[in-house]
Amino acid sequence: MHIVVCIKQVPDSAQIRVHPVTNTIMRQGVPAIVNPYDLFALEEALRLKDQFGGRVTMLCMGPPQAEDSLRKCISFGATDAVLVTDRAFAGADTLATSYALAAAIRKIGQEQAVDLVFTGKQTIDGDTAQVGPGIAKRLGLNLLTYVSRIVEVDLDARRLKVERRAEGGVQLLDTTLPSLITMLEGTNEMRFASLDDMLRAGRFPVRRWNKDDAGIEDVSKIGLKGSPTIVSKVFGPTPRTEKADMQVVADSNPQDVTLNLLQKIFTTHPQIEAELVERLSA
Amino acid sequence: MSEAAKPAVPAAPRAAGRAGRNTELPEHLKSYKHVWVFVEHDRGHVNPVSWELMGEARKLADKLQVQVAGVILGGPDEPLDAYAKEAYAYGADRCYVMRDPVLKGYRNEPFTKGLTDLVNTHQPEIMLLGASAMGRDLAGSVATTLGTGLTADCTELNIDGRALAATRPTFGGSLLCTIMTLAYRPQMATVRPRVMQLPRRDDTRTGDIVEMPLGMVETDIVTKLLDFIPDANRNTVNLAYADVIIAGGKGLKNADNFKMVWDLARVLGAEVGATRAVVQAGWAEAERQVGQTGKTVRPKLYIAAGISGAIQHRVGMESSDVIVAINTDPNAPIFDFAHYGIVGNAMQVLPVLTQAFRTHLDKRIRKVA
Repeated sequence: MHIVVCIKQVPDSAQIRVHPVTNTIMRQGVPAIVNPYDLFALEEALRLKDQFGGRVTMLCMGPPQAEDSLRKCISFGATDAVLVTDRAFAGADTLATSYALAAAIRKIGQEQAVDLVFTGKQTIDGDTAQVGPGIAKRLGLNLLTYVSRIVEVDLDARRLKVERRAEGGVQLLDTTLPSLITMLEGTNEMRFASLDDMLRAGRFPVRRWNKDDAGIEDVSKIGLKGSPTIVSKVFGPTPRTEKADMQVVADSNPQDVTLNLLQKIFTTHPQIEAELVERLSA
Repeated sequence: MSEAAKPAVPAAPRAAGRAGRNTELPEHLKSYKHVWVFVEHDRGHVNPVSWELMGEARKLADKLQVQVAGVILGGPDEPLDAYAKEAYAYGADRCYVMRDPVLKGYRNEPFTKGLTDLVNTHQPEIMLLGASAMGRDLAGSVATTLGTGLTADCTELNIDGRALAATRPTFGGSLLCTIMTLAYRPQMATVRPRVMQLPRRDDTRTGDIVEMPLGMVETDIVTKLLDFIPDANRNTVNLAYADVIIAGGKGLKNADNFKMVWDLARVLGAEVGATRAVVQAGWAEAERQVGQTGKTVRPKLYIAAGISGAIQHRVGMESSDVIVAINTDPNAPIFDFAHYGIVGNAMQVLPVLTQAFRTHLDKRIRKVA
């Protein structure tokens, strides 16, 4: 079984700070990590490899330093890693990104046919959830998003059964290989890296592909040129014109402050008090 | 694996503007008109996000002086005409309807084909979908098939010139950005449930229906929907529609202190919300997360304890009627958009606040009784 897992290297968003005056992102010192949602995809792929044997090929598009993230995945047990990196990809939106990744997957498939492609549900920096569906459509793969459980894989019949999260329940879907799965978070727990795999990761020759290696045929479909969306403005949030009614506990005491607060809320918004009383009396 | 089906409209010569950006709308796309909303429904219910979007579509269409259309795909035995009537009541002028047995129960393949064909035939300039499991699955597929721009999880929609200006949080929710699709049509966007206000319903409004066949049979479709398993604990956490929410953040320091949020919630009969950091730390379940990657809420009262108010969280709750914030840092961003602020330690304030509410409400309830 040959599985391709797509990952993205992202800044650890918990540690991003915005400059208070210029409203720009302060990138210095923000560590780069494997997009956390992608690890659920990787773990699921590794479990299938444990069960059926075969290969797990990691794929990432990004700057040269994204190699670190691929190495991390090798340390968990992935077989191979390809970094698609080229200045021509810069400024890509989700449509241009899915074009480049689809081309690279087609190329990887020439070495050994691909049975399954995995992605995370979404990234934590872009939060769009669009690249997975984009890759599936470009490669003509059956698209299975928000998969919460892989119920059954029958390699001989080339069939696949999954549970997919929907509003108010899960869909049980049956389809054929090859498919693309975007894995829901919290569906599995990432394994620990073995010492052997950690050592292997350290010296692993991550393959670096430029746009030609990745089999990009139409350069007008990658990077800024291949991106229909344009960021016209980036800005910080605007404060409300009316400032909050502030009380400081240190200037008074918690009892007075809270009593004061209750009185203010219920005087200004008597309907909130009325509804609370009504609901709690019922 | 082969390249997916090409869109029916031939690709336009690239109109590369300044710095290689696509800014010029090619001639053949200038006839694209009207604002569409994909009406999402499943097992007899329309997702309210579709009606919230209908209200936004109406505003956009009025600015552009064009029409609003709902797009309804479903099985012949589903009440699609009733959904169309509702669509008119919420602001649509027309509904495009596809009825086919293979459209009963959402599947990517037939819905992508249906919506793509409708777009290529009737050529809307803007298409809005709910950012739900269905809407995101479909939007990403249709935008790729059409080769057009799609902006996810917008928090504000506007018209700039004649184009859609879609604003959304970026960089993990620390800033906002406005995104436009200038050289491609339709301009697509998804919006999460509860981000936009439900418009007032007007049942006197009417409209017309345009039917179109799907042109697919079950044997064309690889993926089979075998079953739908409803959630056992359905509606136990109904954060999005709660009237009162008490939410806690990392300022509460540990899982044990987070229980104080529950104590206050119990006294008020409220739901409990949490920030992304709290959910990641495992102090609260994922379905309680409020914010860009969690739920969007619009309660009448929102009490935020130990929450700094990063955009990630803010976009999920700033439409609340009354926001109370408790935070030790007087410069925390949450005080920029809260109505009432208490500068103090949430661990110290919450128990006192709980007691104050209990005493006050007990008195009032006794009076009522």
